[in-house]
Amino acid sequence: MGRRRLGGGRRATPPVVSARGISKRFAGVRALDGAGITVLPGEVHGLLGPNGSGKSTLVKVLAGYHAPDSGGALEVDGQAVALPVQPARAAELGMSFVHQDLGLIPSLSVAENLRLTDLATSRRWFISWPAERRRAQAIVDRFGIAVDPAVRVADLRPVQRAQLAIARAVEGLTARSGNGGRGLLVLDEPAAYLPRHERDGLLALVREVAAAGAGVLFVTHDLHAALAVAHRVTVLRDGRNAGTVEAAGADVDGLVNLIVGGALAALDAAPAPPEGRAAATVAGLSGAIADDVSFAVREREIVGLTGLAGSGFEEVPYLLYGAGRCRTGRLEFGRTHDLRGMTPVRALRAGIALLPGDRLHDGGVPSLSVGANVTLPVLARYAPRHRLERRRMRRDAGALLTRQAVRPPDPDVLLGALSGGNQQQALLAKWIGAGPRLLLLDEPTRGVDVGARMRIAAALRTLSGEGVAIVCASGDHEELSRLCDRVLVFGAGRVASELAGDDVTEARIAERCQAAARPVRDPGP
Amino acid sequence: MILAQRLALPAAWLAVIVLFGVIEPDTFLTSANAQNILGSQAVLVILTMALLFPLTAGEYDLSVASVLTLSSMAIAVLNVRHGWPIGLAILVAVALGAVVGFVNGGLVVLLRADSLVTTLGTGTVISGVVLWISGSQTIGGVSPSLVDPVITWKLLGLPLAFFYGLALCAAVWYVLDFTPTGRRLLFVGRGRSVARLSGVRVGRVRWGAFVASGTLSAVAGVVYTGTTGGADPSSGLTFLLPAFAAAFLGATSIAPGRFNPWGSIVAVYFLVTGVTGLQLLGAASFVQQLFYGGALILAVALGRLFSRTGPTATD
Repeated sequence: MGRRRLGGGRRATPPVVSARGISKRFAGVRALDGAGITVLPGEVHGLLGPNGSGKSTLVKVLAGYHAPDSGGALEVDGQAVALPVQPARAAELGMSFVHQDLGLIPSLSVAENLRLTDLATSRRWFISWPAERRRAQAIVDRFGIAVDPAVRVADLRPVQRAQLAIARAVEGLTARSGNGGRGLLVLDEPAAYLPRHERDGLLALVREVAAAGAGVLFVTHDLHAALAVAHRVTVLRDGRNAGTVEAAGADVDGLVNLIVGGALAALDAAPAPPEGRAAATVAGLSGAIADDVSFAVREREIVGLTGLAGSGFEEVPYLLYGAGRCRTGRLEFGRTHDLRGMTPVRALRAGIALLPGDRLHDGGVPSLSVGANVTLPVLARYAPRHRLERRRMRRDAGALLTRQAVRPPDPDVLLGALSGGNQQQALLAKWIGAGPRLLLLDEPTRGVDVGARMRIAAALRTLSGEGVAIVCASGDHEELSRLCDRVLVFGAGRVASELAGDDVTEARIAERCQAAARPVRDPGP
Repeated sequence: MILAQRLALPAAWLAVIVLFGVIEPDTFLTSANAQNILGSQAVLVILTMALLFPLTAGEYDLSVASVLTLSSMAIAVLNVRHGWPIGLAILVAVALGAVVGFVNGGLVVLLRADSLVTTLGTGTVISGVVLWISGSQTIGGVSPSLVDPVITWKLLGLPLAFFYGLALCAAVWYVLDFTPTGRRLLFVGRGRSVARLSGVRVGRVRWGAFVASGTLSAVAGVVYTGTTGGADPSSGLTFLLPAFAAAFLGATSIAPGRFNPWGSIVAVYFLVTGVTGLQLLGAASFVQQLFYGGALILAVALGRLFSRTGPTATD
């Protein structure tokens, strides 16, 4: 495990939490394989690893959400704790968790959110709101959060919400563990969706919490955020500990190597293949996170967009399609479109289609037939005199489903009755039927079996061969490496680097994703 | 299973007819009673058809019965008190309904207000307006040129109003099932985000659904005025719950899981057959409310049950 100790002053005190040999299988798949973590009092400990490395499983074992397989051991403050942890015990043991969704209630005030747990369990008959307000004010003051406790959480900036969630979790620690601010605060990707410049405030707060004596486990897949705040980092890979190192003076390339698990290739950019005219050109695109993004897609080209979660690549397809709030941006496609005024109706009319990532919420209606779903974007085509030619619709939908190898190719089956892979193939068929010339994809094979993955990739290849320009946003590096001619890697809302040709490999993409997130500040003390 | 589900409600209607026919063959199984049951419900049928548009689009319109009353009272006031020709009075009444629907739609779409609460509010406001313009009085003596074609003239022993309801049912069926508009309404109701990303102008569709329900509710008011020969400021409001009961009960049948006109019309006549049979048995008039309220609860429960046993996503 290669664990190193912190400075001499902390050596005498036992770790806040020490877990060893934790294993967990899900239906035969090993999520954790003898993993462990040790967090000392006063320490910010980064837990790093790519998607599927077992980070969140480990956290959920600590929280008592998952029961680990036998063989592991857990100590809290030097005392052995029986596994599995009872969920109610986690709080008594002094462990507090802040998950990515923060768990705040947006329609309630800051004060109400801060005092929620106490008020919900209080046996008093009367709530004195002036007193609660004062208590809440004291908390936000103590954590240096510049908000009025009377303001609704929905009206806070994202960073303030994250700070509030952390403050509440720390309050929970000191209130319940009763041992002078010690205990463990677990932060699961709390900064993932914050714009880069707002992260600093959050990281500063995290360090103050540790300075007060608590241990902080900072779970992230952003190497640079971890280095900026943590004293030590532990890297998980494939459910095992790949190593634990001191953050101060850490060798970044070495850490990337630990995370990616392969030799680090030289980071020299390969020239992009020059052939083909630009089919679509995006200029100065900015949204919630995306910041002044510009790129071009050539005819017959599949361009991948990727990065770490929260780096801004996810929203690009929606911004181009007029389905997200666009701050600035132009799209050169046929003619020049101002993306601030883009709507799905206009995009469709211009020959742009979007296959959304959330299949059953944005992609199709599961309780309606596949045929009805597939023909929705082209209804006007089947109603020359405002009367639907239902027979022709059925026939065309059936032919389309057959061509896209959807099983069963029956337009009368409900979309929800198909398997996930077939649903996605049917929804791809829906957009192929609309005849787009620019196809935007968001996670086209998320949660889809291997067979469907192959069929979807083949369909996209065929489409690309027919001259359709394709933009594919995905966090799945393996998929990108198989599908894309070129991959743009996002960091902090911008295109940080570009891979093309032989460089489009899973390992290179993973490596660039880590490198794209530049350090916020110097690594912690 | 699917076929049984489709035909469950018509079968239940038949069963109710057989049941009361056996219990009281002398009063229930008469042509007069059949004419009474079929001929008396045109207003409820039309009001239920009005509801289908917002319900399909995933919205509630609780103002339909108030619009019915408004339309009815407008005709009576204009025709009887001010001596307007009946045709013009009808035109104004229907236009008023469209305006109310337009306002409802605007509030719901532009202000993103919840439709249930919004239409509860507008419905109450309209009821107030009705009391105001009528002076809280019943107005009788509407022109026979409205009463005759609604209730006096008969075809096959049934007042023409019955056939108006039937014709509207067919028209609504056509719109919902055979036009792009119907498809868009359905998708907006089932998956607003899907519809939006598929190029449906969701706001316009929802707004249109309210205009349709307002207009058709006013048409129901026209037929109500023709049926009673006048207008009173409150009796029309009692149609609200039966209309919802019929729409929801209808959605369990014919095209199960979908608000549909043929299911709704069967539901209307099933409900009134049950109520009439019980009243012939000597049940007090409160049985009507027990029956309609119970049917609405039953319909919602059945709808839940069907959607749970139906095919779901297998991922």
